[in-house]
Amino acid sequence: MEMISRFRDKDIVKLLLENIFKETETDKIYNIMEVCGTHTMSISRFGIRGLLPKNVRLISGPGCPVCVTSQGEIDMIFELLKYNDVIAAVYGDLMKVPGSDGRNLLDLKAEGKDIRVVISPLDVLKLKNEQKKGVVFISIGFETTNPATAGLIEVIVNQGLDGFYILTLNKTMPEIIDILLEDKELNVDGFLCPGHVSVMTGESLYLPIIKRNKAAVITGFEPVDILYSILDIIRQINCKNFFIKNNYGRVVNSIGNEKANGLVYKYFEPADSIWRGVGTIKNSGLKIREQYKYLDASERFGLHPSDKLEIDGCKCGEVLKGKILPNKCNLFGLMCTPENPVGPCMVSSEGACAAYYKYEI
Amino acid sequence: MCLGLPGKLVEISDDKTFGIVDIAGTKREVSLMILPEEVELGDYVMVHVGFAISKMDEAQAEETLKAIMEYYDGDDIEIQG
Repeated sequence: MEMISRFRDKDIVKLLLENIFKETETDKIYNIMEVCGTHTMSISRFGIRGLLPKNVRLISGPGCPVCVTSQGEIDMIFELLKYNDVIAAVYGDLMKVPGSDGRNLLDLKAEGKDIRVVISPLDVLKLKNEQKKGVVFISIGFETTNPATAGLIEVIVNQGLDGFYILTLNKTMPEIIDILLEDKELNVDGFLCPGHVSVMTGESLYLPIIKRNKAAVITGFEPVDILYSILDIIRQINCKNFFIKNNYGRVVNSIGNEKANGLVYKYFEPADSIWRGVGTIKNSGLKIREQYKYLDASERFGLHPSDKLEIDGCKCGEVLKGKILPNKCNLFGLMCTPENPVGPCMVSSEGACAAYYKYEI
Repeated sequence: MCLGLPGKLVEISDDKTFGIVDIAGTKREVSLMILPEEVELGDYVMVHVGFAISKMDEAQAEETLKAIMEYYDGDDIEIQG
């Protein structure tokens, strides 16, 4: 697709880098955080960190939904499969995430548990003939992905299908952004705002960022997108003039996707949610509305998350809050590798540790 | 998890709830249930977990590239527009 290739044009990349070097003030440190796993992956994959001036620092934030799901919430999936003979339908990212006992869903599958990998919630409907057993869709995601789960519920409700349940581990962004902005230790000057979350939310999600005099630039995922947005953030910091800028206009409009958000609102209400390394954040998750509670797997199978945030020794929580780089965790690259991951940031293809391990050491 | 892939709509169901997209040569079924814009064959949509989430806007892509080119001050690099 020509539209994409132009956003990978090496001459435009060169032009942007020249301007970044020209406009970076050498006596300043520019701390820029990305809060989207796909950005994390792109930054590592295209080697962007190494192309920038030393005083422009890219910090990965809590942008990978699998990574931010607390250990107690992950353990609910294992609890479900331990005590119930059901089919669990999961996104592939979840298969290698260890439970508290060190085993992952691949191990459980090898032991005979019925776990199916899906690439879309609607794939779950292909299990119609096996629904007598009970099919539980493990729903994980941020604003980008949440409407897809609502779409699955819409079909289940409209077609009056029995035997399908949803374990809702979904999360929402505004509350974690507030936590990051409140964090006295975290010194972030600007945010690369997540492109596909913005498709759903529009621009208003980022108002708290600019109110705190920090830059907020909605960014696509190609090298030109990312470098152009880094340059814009540097400019906003230099001029101390902070505003929301949408550099991903080819996909994102200012108001968001009201149709998708309406569907989420129809089936879900806000609920407290537990984040790895952070703890419970008020109204930062979703739960199925009372009227559709019969679809809620946590109700149907009596599942409750423990308050365990992470696996002992694993520093995913610190990585997710942007406090440390992945290689500052004692387990990184030794006990914890993509082949043998301890924490979810190394498991998920979008995790900061996995991206760092694959492209930056 | 928020990965999106641009796909070209090559089929649209009569009731406009489903389509087939061509993503880099691979044909995939995609739900149009949450797509806010009207689409027709040949349009590009951003696809995420089996759902079209946004119609892609070629004119906006041009706008972005044009804005970037304002940084170009005539040095020795050649940009293919």
